[in-house]
Amino acid sequence: MSAPDQVTCSIDGVEITVPKNTLIIRAAEEAGIFIPRFCDHPLLKPVAACRQCLVDVASPAGPEGKLRAFPKPQPACAMTVTPGMVVNTQLTSPAAAKAQEQVAELILINHPLDCPVCDKGGECPLQNQALSTGRAVSRFTDKKNTFAKPLALTPLILLDRERCVLCQRCTRFAAQIPGDPFIALQKRGANQQIGRFDAAVLGVAPVDPAAAEAACDAACDDLAADGRPFAGYFAGNIIQICPVGALTSADYRFRARPFDLVSTETVAEHDSSGAAIRVDYRRGQVLRRLAGSDPSLNQEWITDKDRFGFRWQVAPDRLTRPLVRRGDEMVAVSWPEGIAAAAAILGAAANPAVLPGGRLTLEDAHAYSVFARAVLATDSVDFRARPASREEAQFLAHFVAGSGAGVSLDELAQAPAVLLAGFEAEDEGGVVFLRLREAGTKVYALAPLASRGLRRLGGTLLATAPGAEAQALSQLPDAVEGLLAEAAAALRGPGDENAAAESPARPGGVIVVGERLATTPGAYSAALAAARRLGARLVWIPRRAGERAALEAGLLAGLAPGGRPLAGLSPAEAESVFGRQLDLAPGLDVSGIIAAAAGGDVDALLVGGLEMVDLPNPTRAASAFKAAKVVALQVRGDGLSPWADVILPVAPPQEKAGTFINWEGRLRPFPQVLASTALSDARVLQALAKAMGADVRIGPLAAAHEALAALAAPAEPVPAPAVAPSPPRSPGPGEALLSTWHYLVDDAAGLDGVEALAASAPAARARLSAATAAAAGLEAGGRVEVATADGAITLPVVIDDVLDGVVHLPTKSPGSWVRVNLAAADGGVVRISPAPDHEEVAP
Amino acid sequence: MSRRQSTALDPSRKQKGFIGAGVAPWAGFGVTLRTFFAKPVTEQYPFKGKYPPPFPRYHGRHQLNRYPDGLEKCVGCELCAWACPADAIFVEAGANTPAEQHSAGERYGRVYQINYLRCIFCGMCIEACPTRALTMTTVYELAAPSRADMIYTKDELLAPLEEGMLAAPHPMAEGRCARDYYAGEVTGPTEDQVEWVGRNRPQDPTLAGARAAARAAAPAAAPAQPGSGSRAGEPAPAKGGGA
Repeated sequence: MSAPDQVTCSIDGVEITVPKNTLIIRAAEEAGIFIPRFCDHPLLKPVAACRQCLVDVASPAGPEGKLRAFPKPQPACAMTVTPGMVVNTQLTSPAAAKAQEQVAELILINHPLDCPVCDKGGECPLQNQALSTGRAVSRFTDKKNTFAKPLALTPLILLDRERCVLCQRCTRFAAQIPGDPFIALQKRGANQQIGRFDAAVLGVAPVDPAAAEAACDAACDDLAADGRPFAGYFAGNIIQICPVGALTSADYRFRARPFDLVSTETVAEHDSSGAAIRVDYRRGQVLRRLAGSDPSLNQEWITDKDRFGFRWQVAPDRLTRPLVRRGDEMVAVSWPEGIAAAAAILGAAANPAVLPGGRLTLEDAHAYSVFARAVLATDSVDFRARPASREEAQFLAHFVAGSGAGVSLDELAQAPAVLLAGFEAEDEGGVVFLRLREAGTKVYALAPLASRGLRRLGGTLLATAPGAEAQALSQLPDAVEGLLAEAAAALRGPGDENAAAESPARPGGVIVVGERLATTPGAYSAALAAARRLGARLVWIPRRAGERAALEAGLLAGLAPGGRPLAGLSPAEAESVFGRQLDLAPGLDVSGIIAAAAGGDVDALLVGGLEMVDLPNPTRAASAFKAAKVVALQVRGDGLSPWADVILPVAPPQEKAGTFINWEGRLRPFPQVLASTALSDARVLQALAKAMGADVRIGPLAAAHEALAALAAPAEPVPAPAVAPSPPRSPGPGEALLSTWHYLVDDAAGLDGVEALAASAPAARARLSAATAAAAGLEAGGRVEVATADGAITLPVVIDDVLDGVVHLPTKSPGSWVRVNLAAADGGVVRISPAPDHEEVAP
Repeated sequence: MSRRQSTALDPSRKQKGFIGAGVAPWAGFGVTLRTFFAKPVTEQYPFKGKYPPPFPRYHGRHQLNRYPDGLEKCVGCELCAWACPADAIFVEAGANTPAEQHSAGERYGRVYQINYLRCIFCGMCIEACPTRALTMTTVYELAAPSRADMIYTKDELLAPLEEGMLAAPHPMAEGRCARDYYAGEVTGPTEDQVEWVGRNRPQDPTLAGARAAARAAAPAAAPAQPGSGSRAGEPAPAKGGGA
């Protein structure tokens, strides 16, 4: 007999035992029997809308348990199996087969059968199932329903209502998974259709767009850049799950047929989650990306950034030949000439420094690490191309580097409570948000405003001014009242030092710290202390895909691969990792490198894939880059070409194989998608090392792993940072504290070439509270000028539930490039005033 | 030596006399001499002469057909390329826009190439074509000095514009959908289409002929327009069409 939570039933004569509450359609899949379906999706709740999965069901009933058949075929996608149930699918039951045929015929009545012009043709469940379980001939002779087509749901998603079979996968996804219900079923009967609010479609009085925008702004709602309500960062998933060709991608429209495409399973390069994706290319050109399936990571969903952001790899400024500066111009030269020029600069440098950027694979990061220490003989290495602090470096070296697999995404989602500090789950985490929302995890956030993401997580805002996170985190374990105490109680775990009432088996909550805490002195120290005292777990989630790998490879001053302090390496270990003994002066961090370069102390910079505008103070960085000789390894040229002396082209992720390490510490190896002659960073560094006469092992992944394995022996770890929390700065009259983070879809270089995605991104708005606005003489719908000594940004005002004295801006959205225009970071002080009329400030 | 050998191998053959043996080596030249004065059979292909046409169903070079108003029939569906056993066909589709409507409907074949070095003229592509855009002509004169020239591109494969057709791109006939075109309900360019081309490409050489055709067709087409029972249908309405 089976266990009590197991159910045994029979499907087409196959006895199968499945967990209780399993749907018939899932149980049939277990038994290897495919029941046709449209509306059913394993990750969405059952709805039984399409009726394509009708099967014959009989189950024991009555006191003597006689098998009694249901009078009519039942939908397999909405009925759970019961003990002794007998299911006959279309394979064994003529009634079920006939029912399915008739449903298919009914569905096809209004389907236009324009398969030759439909993007789904060739990979269409409707096509397949009409052939496998439909009627050979249609008896329908009347006119089919017609709609104007296509209707743009967002600039990237086109809806063809004629093809729709009203399965509602898209509306259910939007409502259930990301919680962005931007589409719904509209009208009734034969006119029933999917759509957004569209006055022309619905036949209501037309809406004045300006009035709508004003109303939207007043209601604190979110608008996309195209003026329509924001449809969310995950809308592209509905294209993929549509079982017919009703939802198509404007970007992929008519570009290829499924049989033209070569598919490669790979890993997305846009964020630190390392989502599984599928890249489809034709004749050496990537045409689309789809979500891959990784149940423990991104399930079957990806962000629109991962889905549509692949054109940057073939942008017009993509480099194929080395560039060398001749006077004011960058001239394309041959590889030997380029390598020789770069080797000459780096070889002649007295005090070089390395800024490798945060987007590297483990192999490339390891190559940079070895190249810096063994070839350039410098310890001035920092992967952080963003506001960073010494405390953060120490925290990362102490807590993250070499820690292996820490809190996993599954554990994060299953945690009793999650506290987000310096981290916005949706904008900075992507699929982290989806998993938290799917699991219904209790979420607390230390932030000055309840972001759109936090509201949809049903999270609790622990209103904290930017820069006050350190204080809040240090108060957290001792909090006795208010929301902070509630959060502390929820986070307490087995190791809690004053856990008395809690059962010891209870797992602790998770404190998530993001990269923005770097601008708050004492925040990482306080987070470590809070986690220790509460018995909660701690996890660091960076934004960029390569930061964790860079950390594992030791791309921080004083840090060896594997999280070991560089100074603590034995001679044998140094020999095995770097191929030589190291005797290096203490290195500088990113701000130190830039300051030293501007002052002439650092005379040569080796720069990886980073953008000047991401650095903490782009103006100062530009002068530093101008003062020093710069060798850059770049996929694209435009960003750094005004400052670089030599640019060596390297391969983008789709043209090389490699391994990302996601924030969980999980290795995410990916294959080379396209055939290419482009070289990876590691290969270029290897050639550079050879040209500089150094004999080092910069090799494939095996070399990196050998190096890490060589350091596996227990060693003295980097000590934890202990910086006292500093109080937040207090804004004076006419001033406010700046709250800012990167929105998921913004002016990122990784989204170049996808204008339609920019149009569906959230519009840049300055958010502040009514009191702050009133004090500064601002009103909703007006424009605010946010200024520092370095410049100003002018944006429309949205009155929101922001902490008083705080203004929130997106970091790099159109019209709001905070680092370039304000040279300020999260927690900085800015002046706010009503903007002068008729003035547009461009980034 | 050789002579003795040959008689030895063929004993039936008569031994030649002294003169016969002397002339024999030159006797073959008689054939040559005779041909000198005969009428030559060499044909100066393709410069001279007339050749019987192939049979009507001969599988010759392909052609991409047009609708009577000049719009292309090809929708770029690639079914021909899929059906092709020799992988000779390459198609890339594109989206029609109001400014550039090449075919009836949303989609057209932006790139269309047939590699005649690969093509085996089996005609599977013709069977696969859902819009009867691709057919075969009886043209068998396929030769070129380079491999690249043997890849026929769309401009070489497109059927020439017949008298009265209007060169694409131009909008679809007003009130007609792709299905009407397929059903043969569009019989020539309309005055609106001619006017559109006149506005956008005043120098188009097909304008005059198309204008005449549109004028000639206009009175006949007018009463046919309100035929509500036909499958012609109305312009795809913005709102649900009601079944």
